Amino acid sequence: MADNALTAPLRSPLSGVADRLAAATRTSAGEIRLAELPFLAQINVRLDAKGPAAEAVGLALDLQLPLQPNTVVRAGELTALWLGPDEWLLVGPPGSERDLESRIREAAGDEPVSVTDVSAQRTTLLVTGPRAHDLLAHGCALDLHPRAFGSGRCAQTTLGRTQVVLVARDEPRAGFWVLVRSSFAGYLADWLLDAATEYV
Amino acid sequence: MLLIPCPWCGPRDEAEFHYGGQAHVPYPEDPASLTDEEWARYLFFRDNPKGPFAERWSHAAGCRRWFNAVRDTSTNEILAVYRSGEERPATLEPRPVLSARPAFEDEAVQAEGGSGGAAPSGVEGAEPLQDGTGKGGGGAASISGSAAGQPFRHATRGRIDRDTPLTFIFDGTEYRGFRGDTLASALLANGVIQAGTSIKLGRPRGIFSAGVEEPNAVVQIEAPFPEPMLPATTVELYDGLVASSLPGQGRLATEPDPARYDAVHAHCDLLVVGAGPAGLAAAAAAAKSGARVILADDQPELGGSLLGTAEHLDWVREITGQLDSAPEVRVLRRTTVFGYYDDNHLLAVERRTNHLGAEAPENVSRERVWRIRARRVVLATGAHERSLAFADNDRPGVMLTASARAYVNRHGVLPGRHAVVFTSNDSAYAAALDLTTAGLTITAIVDTRPEPGEWADRARAAGIEVLPGHAVTGTEGEARLTAVTVAPYGESAGRRQFAADLLLVSGGWNPVAHLFSQSGGKLRYDETLGSFVPDTTRQAVEVVGSASGALDPATVLAQGAAAGARAVEAEGYRPEAPRLPAVAAQPRQTPPMHVYVVPGASDAPRFVDLQRDVTVDDLARATGAGLRSVEHTKRYTTAGTANDQGKTSGVLASGVVAELLGVDISALGTTTFRPPYTPVSFAALAGRDRGALSDPIRTTAIHKWHVAHGALFENVGQWKRPWYYPQDGEDMEAAVLRECRATRESVGFMDASTLGKIDVQGPEAGVFLDRLYTNMMSTLKVGMIRYGVMCRPDGMVFDDGTVIRVAQDRFLVTTTTGNAAAVLDWMEEWLQTEWPELKVHCTSVTEQWATVALVGPKSREVLGSLAPQLAVANDDFPFMAWRETTVAGIEARVCRISFSGELAYEINVSPWHALALWEAVYEAGAPYGITPYGTETMHVLRAEKGYPIIGQDTDGTVTPQDLGMSWVVSKKKPDFIGKRSYARADTARPDRKHLVGLLPEDPGSFLPEGTHLVADSVLPAPPVPMLGHVTSSYRSAALGRTFALALIKGGRDRIGERLYAPVGDQLVPVTVASPVLYDPEGARRDG
Repeated sequence: MADNALTAPLRSPLSGVADRLAAATRTSAGEIRLAELPFLAQINVRLDAKGPAAEAVGLALDLQLPLQPNTVVRAGELTALWLGPDEWLLVGPPGSERDLESRIREAAGDEPVSVTDVSAQRTTLLVTGPRAHDLLAHGCALDLHPRAFGSGRCAQTTLGRTQVVLVARDEPRAGFWVLVRSSFAGYLADWLLDAATEYV
Repeated sequence: MLLIPCPWCGPRDEAEFHYGGQAHVPYPEDPASLTDEEWARYLFFRDNPKGPFAERWSHAAGCRRWFNAVRDTSTNEILAVYRSGEERPATLEPRPVLSARPAFEDEAVQAEGGSGGAAPSGVEGAEPLQDGTGKGGGGAASISGSAAGQPFRHATRGRIDRDTPLTFIFDGTEYRGFRGDTLASALLANGVIQAGTSIKLGRPRGIFSAGVEEPNAVVQIEAPFPEPMLPATTVELYDGLVASSLPGQGRLATEPDPARYDAVHAHCDLLVVGAGPAGLAAAAAAAKSGARVILADDQPELGGSLLGTAEHLDWVREITGQLDSAPEVRVLRRTTVFGYYDDNHLLAVERRTNHLGAEAPENVSRERVWRIRARRVVLATGAHERSLAFADNDRPGVMLTASARAYVNRHGVLPGRHAVVFTSNDSAYAAALDLTTAGLTITAIVDTRPEPGEWADRARAAGIEVLPGHAVTGTEGEARLTAVTVAPYGESAGRRQFAADLLLVSGGWNPVAHLFSQSGGKLRYDETLGSFVPDTTRQAVEVVGSASGALDPATVLAQGAAAGARAVEAEGYRPEAPRLPAVAAQPRQTPPMHVYVVPGASDAPRFVDLQRDVTVDDLARATGAGLRSVEHTKRYTTAGTANDQGKTSGVLASGVVAELLGVDISALGTTTFRPPYTPVSFAALAGRDRGALSDPIRTTAIHKWHVAHGALFENVGQWKRPWYYPQDGEDMEAAVLRECRATRESVGFMDASTLGKIDVQGPEAGVFLDRLYTNMMSTLKVGMIRYGVMCRPDGMVFDDGTVIRVAQDRFLVTTTTGNAAAVLDWMEEWLQTEWPELKVHCTSVTEQWATVALVGPKSREVLGSLAPQLAVANDDFPFMAWRETTVAGIEARVCRISFSGELAYEINVSPWHALALWEAVYEAGAPYGITPYGTETMHVLRAEKGYPIIGQDTDGTVTPQDLGMSWVVSKKKPDFIGKRSYARADTARPDRKHLVGLLPEDPGSFLPEGTHLVADSVLPAPPVPMLGHVTSSYRSAALGRTFALALIKGGRDRIGERLYAPVGDQLVPVTVASPVLYDPEGARRDG
């Protein structure tokens, strides 16, 4: 839907708080960086990891779907997140959802593969900076120490009082992606900004 | 918090999981073949064993997989987890029971031995206080300039910052102290020892200890922010502190606390609790290994008891420096670990800015709760000195011996001038000798033991009179102790009296076993110590130092170092033996004498629990009343229930009760230790979960518009839904009547984005939905929509909504707003645990779509103007069909469904475009006076048509048939969830409650929801037979009257009957009607 020609601009769930996120980033003097990464393509893929579709889809995407729980595989602009033993979330650049969906469907052929565009279901918050880990530790019970949650890791868990998908970014200590349900995004932004009070 | 190991994601907090009841109870293959009893057994009966129990769990906040776990229901231990469909593991071993203190003699780490016969472990050469007056309670001499006005301040001793004087007010008088003082030490420096009166008897009470165990000096902080009941011994002094004494209880602030409180999660390989000699040695052994270590201590500086004795302070400084600079070591000062829970989850509270007073920065939390998950724990929590129960043992000036020593060495304060020491063990002697060196006159050491041994010889050599085999039998003095009476132990003859302003008491030591006990650890009685020590545990914890009952300094240090090394080694790190200080050889120990009640004929009270004013006589009344357990005597007398939780009195009370009952204290045990170890404020526990952050608010993509247009909001689950949009001072009644009228007469629109949406995909999606819904879904044609009802196996309605067939193998299911997550969980539960062979996947798409409901006779015109490519005529776009098109240039899926009986559409678009669509609809509808409406109008419109709201008109005891919806229950399908229950006698009872309409005979009379209904116009004598209750009640613009929906016994057979609704003291006559009160022919549906 995102690539539909329109007169009205797209509105992301956190467009209303972009200023506050930017202000917190600025006043933290490099300690924290908070920003929404809006409109990323997100495709939920369900298939039998041991079936022929897994390989076919991997080939079509030029990316091996991660089989290790709570890990991610990156290839080019695509990131595949393990969500369950037969479930993945593909994250790609804005506007690529249609293309991704059709590539997967084509590759799957008659295999029972479910593909669902969930690009608007969640939005993505970028949480980086030297204090990113401390900031999330205010409300995330997972061990986010680089030894336990380094590059290549992701997890579905709760942050504050809402469910999120956490992704450790590619480089070591480069912070996190926090994927949050769009309806909870405003709450989570408020929560993060409040948690950052001490660092800004 | 329990850790549950998800078979996929590994250990996660239990809060991420949902419980699913007993495992391995399969859905019967052919429910129709079961007898009613067999079916009822499947529905309602589950095992409830004590011990291992196989259960189903869902990792709901994680990978959403269902799995099985075997949990021991008596210990809560998860013995095994295994994936759905796998066999239950045959043999399961619980975690082994371990010793809290593995034999450390085997360990290589040993403190260096000192040379024999060295001086006692007091600080030698410290300057004595140049007092010279020889009078207690007064006389100031040799006061250093900065200590002006602090007559009890020692000239040199203490760790206070003499360059930072502070001013504070206590009970209206201004005093001076120094940075590094506690409120208690500053008061003592100023000669103030009384800090309150007792709660029941109003007796003056003085500062009794120097730490968290304080029972007496519990004060009210007045400024900067009022806080009740803080021990003055734990309040760090700051400039501008205002406090007052209390008569045993404080006052809550009436103002909201303006300070910030927060919480953080932390993880470590090793948590060391307590930074005394044992804790420091443990942390030091682990620090350089690379393991992640947290060391938490409740004091502002590390050292623990060493700060109080001023021993090995160079070593403390050295280790502190090492720990502070080790990259993976976190030292938490001013942090009290107050709770020890499952799987090494410990809670601590850090006091971050309290000690800064008014200078505390606003953006830093005042207190922080640490939620620590530790692989291993070493508890080095120390010991509390025990008191003795003798006559008048509560006067201000009676103090624990080691506490007095701590005041001298930590705070540079002499708590008195002339002291008598009363002890039953060796530990008081070192303190007495140190205090003598500091300038305090020890008039006599009264020792209950007939032969006190080497320590007594040392005291005598220092010129102190020792009275072996003696006891204190009484005290004198009001605001402060003036005299102490002493007699041979157990005798009344041979009494002597000493003038004294201080009576130092030592009845032995109680290991601080609170956290260990909270962890599930068992205590045992230690005969040597005369107290209870940690014994066995199932958690990965060791107890070291005096917390384990070890009092010898070399043993304490070696234990700590060994435990720290063992802990990190077990986690795969290589420990390093830390340097331990050389400990001077100690005099030969003489065993303590276990004394609780000091004998002596006296009418004076002998206090056991000072904070609760509980005496030996009170406990005697309890045992006299037949109570035989300390848990019972505690509740009978309140001993141990004050905010000190009996830290100084608990074991003493056990000892007293044992004596009274003539049993051994080892058989009696202690009362249960429960968190928190010390009081924690509600504000700290609430943290940031206050106000707007107390619960998440879910909003739709159109929320901003609703706010801008003055909507009032209704909370539906966590969603904020527009309730109604009042205009020009309208009240709710007027606004809702206007919105209803506009919608029925022209066109209205509402934000329906909150409805739950689930994408159901796969070749067997139709089969799956046929099993879940009561009606047939597999026959639905692509492009069409069907309403469906979902029930539980007991046949009761669980959810309803529409099902859209998107493609041959794809459906979009909608759920009620509040039930979306539950329905998805329900689907996954059946798919994963019962029907794993079905090739179906369910994905939540609730926020993938925003939905605008366009409702009313003019809705077709509005839609037509926005969607020129869409054929909107009734024949082209029939009821219960959906079309893909563009609306206002936005890609949309338009569904023709109605929840009002009117011609209506639901326009679904991406939420990124939702506001644009909404505004376009508003604009296009303007010629028709389009009216935004909220949930209240939606409720009225649907109720006029008799459409139930699941959860409002139903309560889990209502079948589709009860709702008058037999048409939605398939007769053709061989089975679906709930079907078998419709053949039960219970669901066929003629007196089941049916959903019906109610019309009050007075059309203006309004029935509150929940109103009961009775048969007669006069209430009979109770119990009054109830026929049912009102589930929904509204004023209808279309009907020009009030109406209600109600669940009434045999309601459909009563249509036309008059019933009565008791409202206040009136019995309102009502007529039972069909639930469909508006447009019963359905003429308005097609416009």
